[in-house]
Amino acid sequence: MADKRTTEDEVVAALSDGMTIAVGGWGSRRKPMSLVRAIARSGLRDLTIVSYGGPDVGMLCAARKVKRVVYAFVSLDTIPLEPHFRAARQSGAIEDEPLDEGLMLLGLQAAAWRVPFLPTRVGLGSDLFRDNPKLKTVTSPYDDGEELVAMPALELDAALIHQNRSDERGNGQFLGPDMYFDDLMVQAAPTGRRFMSVERIVDTNDMAKEGSHHTQRISRMSIDGVIEAPNGAHFTSCVPDYGRDEAFQKEYAASAKTPEAWDAFKTAWIDVSETDYQSRLRARS
Amino acid sequence: MTTTATRADVCAVAVAEAFRGDGEILANPIGTIPMVGGRLARASFEPDLCMTDGEAALIGNDSSYELSAEEKIYEYSNPYRSMFDWVWSGRRHVMMGATQVDQYGNQNIAAIGDYAQPRTMLLGYRGAPGNTINDTTSYWVPNHSPQVVCAKVDTVCGIGYDRAAELGEQAARFHEIRRVVTNLCVIDFETPDHRARIRSVHPGATVDEVQAATGFELVIPDDVPESRVPTDEELRLLYTVIDPEGRRETEVPS
Repeated sequence: MADKRTTEDEVVAALSDGMTIAVGGWGSRRKPMSLVRAIARSGLRDLTIVSYGGPDVGMLCAARKVKRVVYAFVSLDTIPLEPHFRAARQSGAIEDEPLDEGLMLLGLQAAAWRVPFLPTRVGLGSDLFRDNPKLKTVTSPYDDGEELVAMPALELDAALIHQNRSDERGNGQFLGPDMYFDDLMVQAAPTGRRFMSVERIVDTNDMAKEGSHHTQRISRMSIDGVIEAPNGAHFTSCVPDYGRDEAFQKEYAASAKTPEAWDAFKTAWIDVSETDYQSRLRARS
Repeated sequence: MTTTATRADVCAVAVAEAFRGDGEILANPIGTIPMVGGRLARASFEPDLCMTDGEAALIGNDSSYELSAEEKIYEYSNPYRSMFDWVWSGRRHVMMGATQVDQYGNQNIAAIGDYAQPRTMLLGYRGAPGNTINDTTSYWVPNHSPQVVCAKVDTVCGIGYDRAAELGEQAARFHEIRRVVTNLCVIDFETPDHRARIRSVHPGATVDEVQAATGFELVIPDDVPESRVPTDEELRLLYTVIDPEGRRETEVPS
């Protein structure tokens, strides 16, 4: 029986320059931030990030780890526009691959199901066809002959997600209101690089005490490594374990104002071990 | 009870009117006044509408505020995954914001300027392409100006009637831009070529003021009616049930 417990540093070691990495969560909600921070302070570069984007995208852009972003939005929720992502787009520092939120779902689903594309009406007539040259249309082979968008599979090299609970074998559990698309991301990513950080590792037998079995939506078949990272989604929300740290998020957002502000933020909150990060946080409150 | 409706009250009623006749679908207004207006529609003349809690559930409450789990009247678990089920099956009418909206109802929330390296990066395309090709869509503009209600958007996220016409009847058969509700007026596209028309002007605003605040020539009927003011019952709902703290006033101050 596999014990899949691992660490942030081992996850970084399993990744390479130029990889396409999906990051779970949505906006500033349940992001695997301990893994994002580990990548941000690593030597990795030229990554393509696939995300329902929040501070994962912004932080990795600011840390110059990103070559390309595949996204439908990047937002901090209570701060609607992500300042680090905006700066990267407006300076031309990153390549941009825009999608509709639903197209991203279909691209992940196509990759998970190992088909080249899934058909949809979404995107027809919009400037997505001007701004994302990967999108093509397909004509229905049936009598209707309808022209549809053929959303291509989003081929991933790795996926990183954060859940509330799991066991050592990789069975994950979300206890908040929404799974987002974490399950699709780990199903779409290749075996060997599907990583899940969690607030707490518990016995398989005890997961049903944490929440209804309907909340056990990540199977060990789609997970290769589990990282126990209490408060690991900080400063994004991870309800019901904790809400968003709005004060911290404001500091993070303010660090986009000048290079000096970013350097100070990075020194204090990224270029430190996860243990030190968490103890610094506790010392603040 | 107040005797005179504020501009924000009129906006809320105009939002509610956009959902009139929708029946048993997901009414999904996004923003403060849209949510107030949507709740008002359901609490009065469109009782069968389904509405979200702003997060991952459909709830029955009339309040437009964030509620605790204990307060919520849960009807359905509606994570983002489920939202696409409603959108793609044609059972939603969304009212979105718009950083730019043009004379054919094209909408931009992605970026201002050249998309490749924008002057101002905004949210991204979000769900606008999928919303507009699949379902009725309306827009909310709390700051009507020529920059927002403009001749041509920089990036087409939500598609308007000219783009829909180019696609043809088959591809665009589910497309409808019903209303643009602004802080000054209500715009619709009920003209032969679906160009934007003033449907009504809010009490206190004028047609000239609306035209001056618009970046293109609006279709102006001979008689432009005033936007409807709330009934006594609607005022009661707004002031005591849906938005008792008057948060709508912060979005459109009196």
